[in-house]
Amino acid sequence: MSVVEGRNLIRDYYVPGSLTRAAKTVRAVKGISFSVERGKTLAIVGESGSGKSTLARIIALIDQASGGELLIEGKPVDIGKQRPTREMRSKVQMVFQNPYGSLNPRQKIGDVLMEPLLLNTDTPAAERRRRAEEMLVKVGLPAEVFNRYPHMFSGGQRQRIAIARALMLNPTLLVLDEPVSALDLSVQAQVLNLLADLQEEFNLAYVFISHDLSVVRYIADDVLVMNKGEAVEQGSRDEVFADPKHPYTRELFAATPITDVEAIRARVARRKALRAATA
Amino acid sequence: MGLLNIRNLTVRFATSAGSFTAVDGIDVTVDKGEVLAIVGESGSGKSVSMLAAMGLLPDIATITADEMTFDGKDLLRMTPRQRRSIIGREITMIFQEPIASLNPSFTTGYQIEEVLRYNAGLSRRAARARALELFQQVGIPEPEEKLRSYPHQMSGGQCQRVMIAMAIATNPRLLIADEPTTALDVTIQKQILDLLMKLQEQTGMALILITHDMGVVAETADRVQVQYKGKKMEEADVLTLFEAPSHPYTRALLSALPEHATGDRLPTVGSFLEPEVQQ
Repeated sequence: MSVVEGRNLIRDYYVPGSLTRAAKTVRAVKGISFSVERGKTLAIVGESGSGKSTLARIIALIDQASGGELLIEGKPVDIGKQRPTREMRSKVQMVFQNPYGSLNPRQKIGDVLMEPLLLNTDTPAAERRRRAEEMLVKVGLPAEVFNRYPHMFSGGQRQRIAIARALMLNPTLLVLDEPVSALDLSVQAQVLNLLADLQEEFNLAYVFISHDLSVVRYIADDVLVMNKGEAVEQGSRDEVFADPKHPYTRELFAATPITDVEAIRARVARRKALRAATA
Repeated sequence: MGLLNIRNLTVRFATSAGSFTAVDGIDVTVDKGEVLAIVGESGSGKSVSMLAAMGLLPDIATITADEMTFDGKDLLRMTPRQRRSIIGREITMIFQEPIASLNPSFTTGYQIEEVLRYNAGLSRRAARARALELFQQVGIPEPEEKLRSYPHQMSGGQCQRVMIAMAIATNPRLLIADEPTTALDVTIQKQILDLLMKLQEQTGMALILITHDMGVVAETADRVQVQYKGKKMEEADVLTLFEAPSHPYTRALLSALPEHATGDRLPTVGSFLEPEVQQ
């Protein structure tokens, strides 16, 4: 059974009119279907305005879909009709792009981690604290940081804290919206490794939103390429990368800079020739 | 003898916690018609060293250097008036956030005409004609209409094109681009990099590209300088750097690229660096 399944998901945004402009509806997500199994990663790739974050918010039970069906562990969920139960809320957690914005600056790290337990479970205080400290160690931070504030941490450490918070409720699905794109390359590698370790340990399903194809190629099992609200290409990572079918996917691949030595050699030779010609 | 020569540049910031050294003994040389990439992660001092050369750092910065010359003229000891005859004319700069770099209260046409009138000495009428030419040169669609547009009416990619048009308006001999494509989508990034390289080849200006993205370096640079924590780690021509990086930090950066992943975990920078570099 899939951890999460989307069937023809649609999201419309209503743009109110003014004196000179008629009201209109913008369809940000135009009927997308997918499913993710336990322990697997679905990467959703697209550029700004493609609707990838809108889709992420629907999957994370933050926004309501305007049409279609969302199933979490086989059960249909419609947050417009019914608030998600604590149990449902525990299953799906989200990590956001900017770890500077997603942590409350006035909340100590310990409280950041314990809050999900406080809101969604009846865990006693001592147990909450023990589990938060355990989780800190799991994401590679010492338990002593419990009483510190977010400003005392670097971007990579904050993203670790955000990931720890998302894991406090033992979710089965993690929605990661560009989790490493605000991080430096060396820190990015650490966080990607951490995500891979945690996925193995907890058998987590990931929905990984990204615009960076080299990261997607590294982390994904399946890939869904979005453009203007539509899924233009969908398939296993190896299929999509070996043989992209849709022109947009090919354009995206062609635009991604690569660090291939032969390509650099060819470019350098071309520049030398050009310089010799103009000199 | 390069066009821009900087020897042993040190930049210190006076902070409440004492003096902080952002740039520590950096040399930068760029020749006529050359594309130099300065690569580093956040905190490597890559932007600060160029801002120092431009004289754009705030008063709390203390700048010392054995030499800082542009075309034989001493940038350290010149009067502000002399500096203004070079900065913004012979050396121009573009920045990471194109939308934030433009003034939201004026049309893009007004802003580029301002550059042309004050820095290129054109009349109002000549400036208007030249602005249109420049907009066409940098590939802005519907240039006449766009001259009357405000920055918020244009996309990020178009705003960066406007910035580039302003930067080349005075036929500079050196253009410094500080992370010019970091805020842009990959397909737009490719267009902007192609444009910068095309302009560089047409005009023969020197280009310093500050970036954290090894892919961008691979597709643009002639020569590369790698910085880490305010120090220069390595300098090499682009092919040598990617083919046979000599410094451990460069090797670490290259192997942290997900596209170079060989196992199921990425090597991290820390595992490469000797203690003396890590401090």
